[in-house]
Amino acid sequence: MATAIEFNNVSKQYRLGLVSTKTLSHDIHRWWTINIRGKEDPYLKIGSENDRATKADSEYVWALKNIDFKVEQGDVVGIIGRNGAGKSTLLKLLSKVTGPTTGTIRAKGRIGSLLEVGTGFHPEMTGRENIFLNGAILGMTKAEISRKLDEIVDFSGCERYIDTPVKRYSSGMTVRLGFAVAAFLEPEILVVDEVLAVGDAEFQKKAIGKMQNVSQGEGRTVLFVSHNMASIRQLCKNGILLKNGTVEKMGDVQDVVDYYLSSMQTVSDFNREGNGAVRITDFRIRNTSIALGEDLNIEIDIEALQNVEKVDISFDIKDESEKQVAHVASNDDDYQISHMNPGEKKTIHCVIKNVNLAPGGYTSSIWIGTHYIEYDMVLNCIRFSVVQSGDFIKRVTPYDRFSKVVLQSKWE
Amino acid sequence: MNETQEWTTVIKPKDKLWSIDFKELWNYRDLTTLFVKRDIITQYKQTILGPLWFIIQPVITVLMYMVVFGGIAGIGTDGIPQPLFYLAGTCMWQYFADCLNKTSNTFVNNSSLFGKVYFPRLIVPVANVTSNLLRFGIQLLLFIIVYIIYSITGCAASVNLYALLFPLLVLMMAGLSLGFGIIISSMTTKYRDLQILFSFIVHLWMYATPIVYPLSMVKGKVVAGIDMYTVMRLNPVTPVLETFKYGVLGAGEFIGWGWLAYSFIFMSALLILGIVIFNKTQKSFMDTV
Repeated sequence: MATAIEFNNVSKQYRLGLVSTKTLSHDIHRWWTINIRGKEDPYLKIGSENDRATKADSEYVWALKNIDFKVEQGDVVGIIGRNGAGKSTLLKLLSKVTGPTTGTIRAKGRIGSLLEVGTGFHPEMTGRENIFLNGAILGMTKAEISRKLDEIVDFSGCERYIDTPVKRYSSGMTVRLGFAVAAFLEPEILVVDEVLAVGDAEFQKKAIGKMQNVSQGEGRTVLFVSHNMASIRQLCKNGILLKNGTVEKMGDVQDVVDYYLSSMQTVSDFNREGNGAVRITDFRIRNTSIALGEDLNIEIDIEALQNVEKVDISFDIKDESEKQVAHVASNDDDYQISHMNPGEKKTIHCVIKNVNLAPGGYTSSIWIGTHYIEYDMVLNCIRFSVVQSGDFIKRVTPYDRFSKVVLQSKWE
Repeated sequence: MNETQEWTTVIKPKDKLWSIDFKELWNYRDLTTLFVKRDIITQYKQTILGPLWFIIQPVITVLMYMVVFGGIAGIGTDGIPQPLFYLAGTCMWQYFADCLNKTSNTFVNNSSLFGKVYFPRLIVPVANVTSNLLRFGIQLLLFIIVYIIYSITGCAASVNLYALLFPLLVLMMAGLSLGFGIIISSMTTKYRDLQILFSFIVHLWMYATPIVYPLSMVKGKVVAGIDMYTVMRLNPVTPVLETFKYGVLGAGEFIGWGWLAYSFIFMSALLILGIVIFNKTQKSFMDTV
């Protein structure tokens, strides 16, 4: 198949900090070096790798560094990675919103980009007027929009308000109208950034369905950025994992997503709750994939920042649809840490015995606290899967998706 | 190796100095008309007087000039009735100043839009200059009404053949404001100081243009050894304004084809320079704005 998009050694540099007098002096230095002395840009050499967590040693940072890949025509590619990995920068370069610092991007066909829904909506204009304006901004001609107007209005479900100024719309309606316009774009290459994460559940379902039609039906090339692994798995064939501005892994979407989920297990990547009297500093699980009925081994490092009298630990295990299936607590086993001084560190080892959850993927939060105080909670950080193997049970019939646990039985 | 010819989009760090894609601009013509429509529709939404403001502003300005410059300062108007003289100058100047102010903020005002989607950025200032024509047209209508009233009562103003230059004069005003505006907008993406400086300069510029006084008054005036008459005519807006006032009012004398040509060449050079700078800026401004 033909190549539709080609990134050739593309890098993008950003300057950290504020634009100030220093900017002017750098500009003068840069201008002097390039134009008068005829040398290369002095600031291109010194950029540092884009890792948010570490303190920058240079004022310049590479948001993307030496990106090299090709996308086949008709392919649907999911781009994943942590916040700040460079996903949006990559889409911005492809959408021509900003230019690369070095390297070349080549593409075949009209590129339609959807980095935001409802770009350029004017609150004082009616829904209908905004459909035309937004459509034209996205690259449609007036004739094209007129032809699709009825479909767009119908898809948005805003027919009743179509001649009302958009400022009177609820935020949900604005988003629906914005997405509806974008959904009827017909470019050869479609670039989509996280826009499906809006609206209510019903509309999201509709939006994903529409995306699926767009990408599968007409041989269109789609680049899709999302943090929602379920929709990435559902929509995409291939995946690209970005890490600190470089391509960490690319290939079949299932592999890339699995790799991403298992590789990003450090505490700072997850949402936290709690007062911080004791912090969870790290956690490890011995095996991210266990056979049915096997034990799950988890180790947690904690550090006290204040004097605490008592620390309990627990896990909330949830299945793939985010429904809680189990709660495991340290006091189930009469285990308790009785006292910790500030600065004191402890490592706790927990074995969850004979996990008989139905085969599938699970996540768990780690919680530490007491009856009435929450010290720290790292949300959905542990990921593991249970696979049907081993001799816990001889099962012939596959489990349906509603089964939550596997029960052993004796028959006579 | 024929494959290279198939690419329809090639994105590189730097383009050639002159890489305006006029075909692309033409492809986006619908967007231009929609922007014009948006500007016109939304300008006076939720105001009680609405487009009446188009008329109220020049009327009050002219009254003010009549009191301050015509009355208190006693500055002559080449024998033209004061309201006509001031109104002619104000209409033209206001169009120029409005366009300039609006286009000079193109990047800063539209950064959220430009940050999300690509279209030829030049569309926005071009749409600005076009949509301001409506306001100019309405003010011109006011001028014509006042003109007719004065003609009936038999006054000195006399329209002549030079009035036929009017379309060209408007084009030159639009070109000059567009040229200056896009250069300023390109420069202000990084350093906002310039924005403050330029709005101040536009303010002062008006006094360097014969609006509240006739150009004939400057003739022979020498300040600090510099012939002010020459300096005034070097201001590219002056020949346009003077030709307009001479054509429709018969005020003063014709400034001469030479100066009008100077103004036209100035405008063309400014536009070319502006487009080059604007084009260079539009690629990277999102990182600095």
